[in-house]
Amino acid sequence: MLWTSFADLAHGFEVALQPHNLLYCLIGVLIGNLVGVLPGMGVLSAVSILLPLTFGMKPVAAILMISGIFYGAQYGGAICSILLNLPSHPPHAVTCLDGYPLTQQGKGGVALGVTMMGAVFGAAFGILQMMFLAPYIAKVAFSFQAAEICSLMLLGLLAGSTLAKGSPLKGVAMTAFGMLLGLVGTDTATSVERYTFGRFELADGIELVALALGLFGIAEFLRGVNNVAPVNTGYTKLRFRDMRPSKAEMKEAAFPILRGTLVGSLCSLIPGTGPVIASFIAYATEKKVSKTPEKFGHGAIAGVAAPEASTHSSIQGDFIPTMSLGIPGDAAMALLLGALIIHNVTPGPRLIVEHPDIFWGLIASFWIGNLILVFLNVPMIGVWVRLLTVPYRYLYPTALFFICIGVFATRNSLFDVGVTLAIGLFGYLLLLLRFEPAPMLLGFVLGPRFEENFRRALKIAQGDLTTFVDRPISAFFLAICLLLVGVQIVARIRKTRAPVRLASTAFD
Amino acid sequence: MLRAIDRQRDFYAGGVMILVGAVAGYVATTYDLGSLADMGPGFFPLVLSVLIAGLGVAIVAGAGRAPGPEVAGPMAHAHRTGADLRGWIAIFSGVVAFIVLANYGGMAPATFACVFVAAMGDRRNGWKISALLALGVTIFAVLVLALGLRVQMPILKGWF
Repeated sequence: MLWTSFADLAHGFEVALQPHNLLYCLIGVLIGNLVGVLPGMGVLSAVSILLPLTFGMKPVAAILMISGIFYGAQYGGAICSILLNLPSHPPHAVTCLDGYPLTQQGKGGVALGVTMMGAVFGAAFGILQMMFLAPYIAKVAFSFQAAEICSLMLLGLLAGSTLAKGSPLKGVAMTAFGMLLGLVGTDTATSVERYTFGRFELADGIELVALALGLFGIAEFLRGVNNVAPVNTGYTKLRFRDMRPSKAEMKEAAFPILRGTLVGSLCSLIPGTGPVIASFIAYATEKKVSKTPEKFGHGAIAGVAAPEASTHSSIQGDFIPTMSLGIPGDAAMALLLGALIIHNVTPGPRLIVEHPDIFWGLIASFWIGNLILVFLNVPMIGVWVRLLTVPYRYLYPTALFFICIGVFATRNSLFDVGVTLAIGLFGYLLLLLRFEPAPMLLGFVLGPRFEENFRRALKIAQGDLTTFVDRPISAFFLAICLLLVGVQIVARIRKTRAPVRLASTAFD
Repeated sequence: MLRAIDRQRDFYAGGVMILVGAVAGYVATTYDLGSLADMGPGFFPLVLSVLIAGLGVAIVAGAGRAPGPEVAGPMAHAHRTGADLRGWIAIFSGVVAFIVLANYGGMAPATFACVFVAAMGDRRNGWKISALLALGVTIFAVLVLALGLRVQMPILKGWF
């Protein structure tokens, strides 16, 4: 088992080191880092804008690049949090609490140095976890049939919508709404057109890119325009040599990094708990075990090291359910799944066996990409810091144009640009009403596949709904679903929704 | 108006969901429902619509109860939700301008108009700065997107 993994990984490196794959991996992490640094730009909108550009590429290159954007943005996001106190990337919001005080004390460089150490360690652990766990999970999932897949998807959808930030009721409503939007177009089983209102442009359904850019692009800009505070550039003079932590500081960071990494890797295994929750739990844990909890919030090194390590280990771990089961844990992974589908790669347990190039190439590219990111961020920190000062008022009009042209290029349709605008306006209304748009994307991507499996499961069982509880594995997943809902209800009654609630309120 | 939404936000939030569920549910009943063993195209949408409307009712029911004070986290100063008519109109018109001009004019005028109009939405952007930004993006679009990546849109309709 161990040796085949290494043989497969060697094959992965062969794939990832092919010049054009390497180039796209580099472009991906570079764009990711850039997006992470620019205040007011989200990683989801960046991926959606670039998605149409990947349509002409080979699937492996496209997936390497898109993934690179995700983990690359985590490196940039930390810079933004520590030096500007701007949590434009939710997983790094908690880093502000101690990162910015450190900056104010003139130790911003050290905080970034510690972040880099945590990032590399966390990411390495996360990748190893994926290497050994994902093929194993896929093997177990091999025997799953429609009923099991259905229950598992239900679990993924429920977890993704209730554990993320915001009200769980609204989260589930958004997921269901997203699934409904996913059904627009021609029904594959009966060829009936649903919710197209007679428009032939909608017969193929709503474009994933149009939905994502409406929600995470236009809606976000409508909220951000004239509302994003100008950036305080007082602390952005930083050089390479400022980043070296002293021996004492390294010692102070070592255990928090280790604990943070473990928290992150555990969180990535629980569906629905992504990097945001991981970073928060890591911070809370660190504060609890610390001998000097009063230092937290006033520039504790551990308060930077632990959440950053956990973010990076859980970002890498997040890929596990997406690649091994075909069930994404959050909106970012839903986009990646969408990209796979667009490239005619069927996600699911068979992916690793049928497309070893993609899976092992991706893992190899994680190693390479993280290495590139360290080189990008440590010696070249000055460049990124200068980018922090690009004001939002130049960014959003430019990004708006890229949204328009990106949606158009997806299938050369201006109608889709109009759809994006409509989704953006409605999405803004939802934002005002405190709905979280992320679960909608999750529902959108999984909706049609859920319906397909639901239909198939009941067809096999001849309409007998008990098939979902008669099959032990399916019953097991449903039991966890019940547990999840039960915990939410109990917590609502008790009004103390422990770490998850804290996470959601602290970031809102 | 916005303050009213603020106060009764969950009431409206649930209302919107009930409306969505009702409309989608009504449309779903016009499709064949089929049976559990052999579902028609209307079955699953109807289930979802009922679920959405039901959740809407639950949200409305919970709206009366105190949601707890808003905790001002680090995100609070980055995104305030305030009314900004100028910004909204500019962003909306920017996209509309893109659609119209892409149809009748081509990529260059569409790009320029989209960026210029959208940029004018920010109170600190004057028309000179906006025009300069729009010009920069247009040059990039023509060189990289039209000539480099060959996006299927004429640069200037009737000319290129």
